[in-house]
Amino acid sequence: MTNSEPLLDVRDLSVTFTRKGGPTVRAVDGVSFTVRPGETVGLVGESGSGKSVTSLAVMGLLPRRGVQVGGQVLFDGDDLLTLPRDRMRDIRGRDIAMVFQDPMSSLNPVVPIGVQVTEVLERHQELKGEAARSAAAELLSRVGIPDPNRRLKEYPHQLSGGMRQRALIAMALACRPRLLIADEPTTALDVTIQAQIIELLKELVQDTGASLVMITHDLGIVAGLCDNVHVMYSGRVVESAGRRELFAQPRHPYTGGLLGSVPRLDAPRGAPLHPIPGSPTDVLRWDHGCAFAPRCQNRVDACLDGPPPLEAYAGRSLRCLNPLTESEEVSV
Amino acid sequence: MSDQTAAPAAEERAPAEGLLSVRGLEVHFPIRSGILVERQVGSVKAVDGVDLDIPRGATVGLVGESGCGKSTLGRAILRLVEPTAGTVTFDGTDLRALGGEELRRMRRQLQMVFQDPMASLDPRQNVQSVLSEPLRAHGIGGDHRARVRELLDVVGLPASAANRYPHEFSGGQRQRIGIARAIALEPQLIVADEPVSALDVSIQAQVVNLLEELQDRLGLTYLVIAHDLAVVRHIADVVAVMYLGGLVEQAPSDDLYATPLHPYTKALMSAVPIPDPEVEDTRQRILLQGDLPSPADPPAGCRFHTRCPFRQQTRCADERPVLRTVAGHPDAHRVACHWVEDIEAGRIRPAAGAVVEPDPDPEPDAEHAPNPAA
Repeated sequence: MTNSEPLLDVRDLSVTFTRKGGPTVRAVDGVSFTVRPGETVGLVGESGSGKSVTSLAVMGLLPRRGVQVGGQVLFDGDDLLTLPRDRMRDIRGRDIAMVFQDPMSSLNPVVPIGVQVTEVLERHQELKGEAARSAAAELLSRVGIPDPNRRLKEYPHQLSGGMRQRALIAMALACRPRLLIADEPTTALDVTIQAQIIELLKELVQDTGASLVMITHDLGIVAGLCDNVHVMYSGRVVESAGRRELFAQPRHPYTGGLLGSVPRLDAPRGAPLHPIPGSPTDVLRWDHGCAFAPRCQNRVDACLDGPPPLEAYAGRSLRCLNPLTESEEVSV
Repeated sequence: MSDQTAAPAAEERAPAEGLLSVRGLEVHFPIRSGILVERQVGSVKAVDGVDLDIPRGATVGLVGESGCGKSTLGRAILRLVEPTAGTVTFDGTDLRALGGEELRRMRRQLQMVFQDPMASLDPRQNVQSVLSEPLRAHGIGGDHRARVRELLDVVGLPASAANRYPHEFSGGQRQRIGIARAIALEPQLIVADEPVSALDVSIQAQVVNLLEELQDRLGLTYLVIAHDLAVVRHIADVVAVMYLGGLVEQAPSDDLYATPLHPYTKALMSAVPIPDPEVEDTRQRILLQGDLPSPADPPAGCRFHTRCPFRQQTRCADERPVLRTVAGHPDAHRVACHWVEDIEAGRIRPAAGAVVEPDPDPEPDAEHAPNPAA
């Protein structure tokens, strides 16, 4: 399973937003990663790191005006960025599906759930009427929504948050996609509901053999779910590794800093937290040096001489000139 | 309500006297219906009979999921919402008996830090004005400029911040301003409602550390309300777990983590992701069925019985359990469950399907696993 050709191959993706009279903003800057069939890949970062824009670019959901997308997004060999729009529409929803953070704003509030789920089936699988309806009911029950026939007639506001997210996952799975992109799918939910949803995603990925790209700020979710993890900061990948390597020994000071700054439920009480100083808005532009340098405790002079390259280091890819060593694994 | 139940504080601290004591607190919001004549057709029992003690100088954490009533409880203690029943005694004074001006003066001692600093700061007020407003409101004289500079310094902001407006700051800095405003009057108790949940991960720790530092420096007492069990465990001496308007378990932080007794606490604990693959791969999870029931129509008996994987045929559905001590555990550890002893001894097993065992055959990460065939 792991040696097959990648299903999704993102090469040197960049997204630039331009605004009349304003500066251009490069939200994603040369991001590359691959997703193999059946693999779960995590994109981790804080707000502004470019993780969501990356996923929108892959899905072709960015607006056309004022946005320049560069690089390649190869899905099964086709470059999604150059596909004609109607072919992209066929792929989206059928082969690649997406689950968003806030289920309330991604469901249409004035259309019953049933119509929204059957819409996907009608569009991509040409199911009609009763056949589509019963397929929709089956999908809802599969994602653990009790009494699906009643729920199909209800509107999004009548469902609880966890229920809505399940309905959204049901819609995403309607056509057995080969790739599911989940953008912070549990951030708006309570922890016990989050556990239900994560468990559901795990199960579904196992059953259908689909690949999953999990976008999140929560390292805990990544630790339990993803095979490979890409940590993003200010539009670039700063560290990529298998989850075991990454958590056992973070090498980028940002990754280490993130791990050192979240309180762990199982840590002995009184274990001090080591916050990363500054805020994610204190960034340097990559062409001037490492964007993380202003907040970095491992900074050396060379960090300000231009962007550090992403290089192979200790069994992973790393963008850092002065990586953490074994002794300082969790932030200095 | 008699006052024989002063709950012991976290043992490692000096036996502190209680600063705040809450007994039988209820907040019921009426549900009204009707066009010309509004009749009350029911009530949302947001807080329904809570007893809580906060020792002086301690940090009590209150955790629960959205809709459990934790924020309402925090506000009811400060009388920002009016409790419908129960008593709140602060430093020997019954807060519910205070009226108008007396209550206003008492509020000097009780301050609040809100979740979203952008929403709780007036965007048209500069920081100087935000921070000196409490001083003006309580008629405190002296050099307000100097006091504001001092406050900014205490929360780690430069003195130049005084002339700037909330939108010029990052989320973490705004939360520092919110904290500076709360400590401006040198209160004894601060109720912090989700103080870090709106902040970026790397910033949360800064604010948590600041709260701890201020406690040491100013001798503050905290009630920290949060949904994040890991944050609460880190900061609190005593943790109270709330479910649907009532407390289900209360214990010193370490005891609660080491031996959660209530089925809800167990489930909550097992649901918190831990950033460590080794732990994640080997832990057992208790999954809860369904969602929180409506607080307008809470289940009879134990509030949790509709989702409880340990539910029994008797008692659970018709008798509401109260917080009690359990043999073999410190007196400070109290649980509201009829069957704690049986669950702990393993005589009651969770329902099948509620427990997700770790993958018995953790799939090796192929490319990194040693490959004997090579």
